[in-house]
Amino acid sequence: MGSEKYSILLPTYNERENLPIIVWLIVKYLEESKINFEIIIIDDGSPDNTQEVAKELIKIYGEDKILLRPRAAKLGLGTAYIHGLSHATGDFIIIMDADLSHHPKFIPQFIELQKKHNYDIVSGTRYKGDGGVYGWDFKRKLISRGANFLSQFLLRPKASDLTGSFRLYKKEVLSQLIKACESKGYVFQMEMIVRARAMNFTIGEVPISFVDRLYGQSKMGATEIIQFAKNLLYFFATI
Amino acid sequence: MTKLNEWVFGLSVFFGIYMALVTKRIKHEIIDDNMFFIQILPLILVVLLGIYAVTTVLYRTLTFNECKDAAMELQKEILEARKDLASKGMKFT
Repeated sequence: MGSEKYSILLPTYNERENLPIIVWLIVKYLEESKINFEIIIIDDGSPDNTQEVAKELIKIYGEDKILLRPRAAKLGLGTAYIHGLSHATGDFIIIMDADLSHHPKFIPQFIELQKKHNYDIVSGTRYKGDGGVYGWDFKRKLISRGANFLSQFLLRPKASDLTGSFRLYKKEVLSQLIKACESKGYVFQMEMIVRARAMNFTIGEVPISFVDRLYGQSKMGATEIIQFAKNLLYFFATI
Repeated sequence: MTKLNEWVFGLSVFFGIYMALVTKRIKHEIIDDNMFFIQILPLILVVLLGIYAVTTVLYRTLTFNECKDAAMELQKEILEARKDLASKGMKFT
């Protein structure tokens, strides 16, 4: 592929099991497609020694490929991206979860689609084409589809997956969006894409398969649903 | 214009026309003949929207792609990754 460089931001917290695997997969699929990239690990002082694992990975893959840029404490996703962005040397930024729910095999598809249409953002989507999920029961699927329907109906965001966090951004676009966004946690992803529409950025979509955490527990309880509804209404009234 | 403003605007236009019709400020034979239908029109629209929402959400829930192959592929790749990384000197605890 071309001379563009891609910076992959991996915010981690207690991911010592998953980190080596995700890094291995990224290297495998991106080198196969001859993509110039760097991985920036932003660890928020994980007590499980995720950073030790990161240092071993640096020894294997080199410090030009893997960058460890830790922070002292758990400070939230939004600021993790700002922190990562300030260390990124790529023209494009890829954001993904380190828990293996996002497979790096989709990254070359993101890049190809971005190049074809010069999109500002390419977002992975679980809700279109061959996209889908693994490991969700009926209730979880129903909540997800219901929340998605409601947000499409109210916000008409021109993107089918609002809460997903597997995306590629032009560096400048991401930095503008982060500055405009106020929320925390997974709602942050939703605010980014809704604001992107309001700021007239172009958005492309790639269907992805989302494999819910093979290890550990994923969160989706009453608190998350209430937080989602509150923010949905807030964005509805303000963006 | 925020999405809320768009909705308020659209609903105001709709109810402006609706009130003009049911309070008979606009008079026409066709309106008089269909007065009952016009009166219950908002209710009909709400019910239709409800049916649309429920069927769409249920249909999409039931047809949500189950990515079993992706999960199995990932499990295989995890083992492959561990083996390869171990051969490069990585210690797994």
